[in-house]
Amino acid sequence: MNRLGPSRTTRWIIGVLVGAFFAVPLVSTFLFTLRDPAGGLSFARWIALFDPAAAATLKPIWTGLGNSLVLAVVTVAIVLLLLAPTMILVNLRFPNLKPAFEFAVLLPISIPAIVLVVGLAPIYLQIGRTLGTGTWTLAFAYGITVLPFAFRSIQASIDAADLRTLSEAARSLGASWPTVVLKVLAPNLRQGLLAASLISIAVVLGEFTIASLLNRQVFQTAMVVVNKQDPYAPAIFTLLALVFVFLLLLVIGRVARGSGKARP
Amino acid sequence: MTLDHALPRTKDNLLLAQAGEGTRVELQGIVKSYAGNRVLHGVDLDIAPGEFVSLLGPSGCGKTTLLRVLAGLEGADEGAVLLGGGDVSRVPTNKRDIGMVFQSYSLFPHLRVAENTAFGLRRRGVGKAEASRRAVDALALVGLADFADRFPHQLSGGQQQRVALARALVTEPKVLLLDEPLSALDAKVRVQLRDEIRRIQLRLGITTVFVTHDQEEALAVSDRIAVMNAGRIEQIGSPEQLYTKPSTAGVAAFVGLSSVVSGVAEGDHVMVWGQRLPLQSPADGPVDVYLRPENVYFASEADAAAEALVEESTFLGSMRRTLVRTESGELVRVQHAPGIHPSFGDRVRIAIAPEPVAVHPRG
Repeated sequence: MNRLGPSRTTRWIIGVLVGAFFAVPLVSTFLFTLRDPAGGLSFARWIALFDPAAAATLKPIWTGLGNSLVLAVVTVAIVLLLLAPTMILVNLRFPNLKPAFEFAVLLPISIPAIVLVVGLAPIYLQIGRTLGTGTWTLAFAYGITVLPFAFRSIQASIDAADLRTLSEAARSLGASWPTVVLKVLAPNLRQGLLAASLISIAVVLGEFTIASLLNRQVFQTAMVVVNKQDPYAPAIFTLLALVFVFLLLLVIGRVARGSGKARP
Repeated sequence: MTLDHALPRTKDNLLLAQAGEGTRVELQGIVKSYAGNRVLHGVDLDIAPGEFVSLLGPSGCGKTTLLRVLAGLEGADEGAVLLGGGDVSRVPTNKRDIGMVFQSYSLFPHLRVAENTAFGLRRRGVGKAEASRRAVDALALVGLADFADRFPHQLSGGQQQRVALARALVTEPKVLLLDEPLSALDAKVRVQLRDEIRRIQLRLGITTVFVTHDQEEALAVSDRIAVMNAGRIEQIGSPEQLYTKPSTAGVAAFVGLSSVVSGVAEGDHVMVWGQRLPLQSPADGPVDVYLRPENVYFASEADAAAEALVEESTFLGSMRRTLVRTESGELVRVQHAPGIHPSFGDRVRIAIAPEPVAVHPRG
C-alpha cells in the first residue's frame, strides 16, 4: 500500500465532491428541461424542438449552429493549411525562430477576448468591406484564439518524430517539398493534427465574446437570443453541445493515448 | 546472416544485373561557414567511378557537413560539386540522383518495409507493380525479402539500416552516401553490416562516400580514406598508406594505435632508446616518434632496449596488448602473443622493430 498517498476514504470524498461540482449544474439543467408545462416531468420540451410551430422561435439556433459548423471547418482549415505547414517550416528551416514563434502563438491565451475584440474591430471593418460580413469571416479571429491549443498538440507530435531525418531521407529519395509534407511528414504528425483539429472545433463551439461583440450569429449567441423567448430550448442545446464536446474530448484522449502505442 | 544467403542469383536480380561502372564525384574548393564560423576550408576531393571513399575524422571536423554539401542538404558558400562531370552545385537534393543512409533510423514509420523501399521509385514515376518488384529485389540484396510486409518498428536496428540501404540502392543512384550508418548499432551487428555494405558496393560498382569517426571501420572497407581535421583533408590515401605512412601527426595519432616517444632525428634515421631506426622521410633534430604496438616487443637482456614498468595488460583474443611506462615516463603499447602474462608493476625491457617510423618535429 502506498503510505504517501491519501487514504481510500479521502480519495472517495474528493471524488464525490469534484463529481458533484460538475454534476449538480448538469443534472439541474437536465431536470429543468424535463419540466412539463402541464406539471411533472416529461420529454415534452425535447420533442417540441422538432415541432413546426416552434420553428420560428428556434430558427436563430439552427442558423447559428450551421454558421458555427462552417466556422469550425474554416478554422480547422486554417490550423491544417496555415499553422501546421508554418510549424514544420519553423522546425526544419528556421529553428532559431522557435522561441519567438512559440511566444507569439501562445500570446492569445493571455489576452482577454474583450481586448482582442478591441483590436479586431477595425480589422473586421476592412474585412467586411473586402470579403463581406459573412459569419465565416469570424474564422480569422478564431484562427488566432485556437493557436495556443492547436500549437501544443502539433508540437507534441513534431517533438516525437524526427522531422529533419524523415524529410532529408525523403528528399534524398527524390521527393519534392509538397510530397515530403503530404506523404511523409503529415502521416507521422497525424495524431497531433487530429487532436489540434478537434480542440479547434471545441474552442469554436465554446467561444461567445468575440462572436457577440463582432455581431456575428453563431450557435452560442443564438442561444442567448432564443433564451429570452424560450429558456428551455437553449438549455437542451447546451446539454447536447456539452455531450458533443465531451465525446470530442474522449476522442482526443484516445488519439493521444494511441500515439504511445505501436503504429499500425 | 551471411551475404551468400542474402544474395539471389545475379540474373534474377535486376539491381545486380544492372550493376554499372559508377559515377565520378568531384568536390572542388568547398567552403562552408555557419554564422561566421568556417567549418570547411576549401576542400577538394576527387572520387573515381565505383570507388569506396571514407571521410574519417573526429567529431566536428566537417566530414558530415562535406557529405551534406555533396547531397545538397547544405549549400556550399564557395566551390562546386560535380557528379559524372556535371555541375550539380545548384541542383536540389531530390534531383541529384543520390542514395543516402543516415545515422539515425530514417525509415518512414507509417509505411511498410516494401513501401519504404519503393518510395524512391514511385517518386521517379515507376508504376506500383514494377516498383514493388524492384523493391523486393533490393530487399533480397540485403537479406530481408521476407520482411517486406513489416513496419519499421517491428525490425531491429540492424534490420532497419539494411532496409535503409536497400531503399537507397533501389533507385540505382549515381552515388551512395553513408552518414555514420553503423554508429547506432551494437558491435557485432556493426561489423556484420559494415562488411555487407562493402560486398554489396563491390558487386554493384556504385561510387560510395562513407562518413565515420571509427578508424577501424574506415580501414576495413575503404578503397581510400580521407582523414579530415578542422575542416580540411589532412591526408587521403589507401588504408595501408595511411597506416604505414601518415603524413601528419594528426593522421598518425588518429589512424591506428600509436605511442608517441621522443627521439633525435639525424637525416635518414632516428635514435630512440639507443636504437637506430630508419625514417619514412628525412628529418633532423628533436622529434616525436610514432610507434605502432605491433612494432614494439619485449626484449632480451642482450638487446638495446628501454627499461619499463607494466601499467596494464589487455587480452584481445588472438593477442595481448600491454601498456608500459618507460623510465622517462613515456607510455608505450606493446602487442604480443597471448601466452605472455605481464602483471602490473612487472619490470620489463622493450625494444622497437627496425621498421621505418613516422616522426614529427617536436613542439
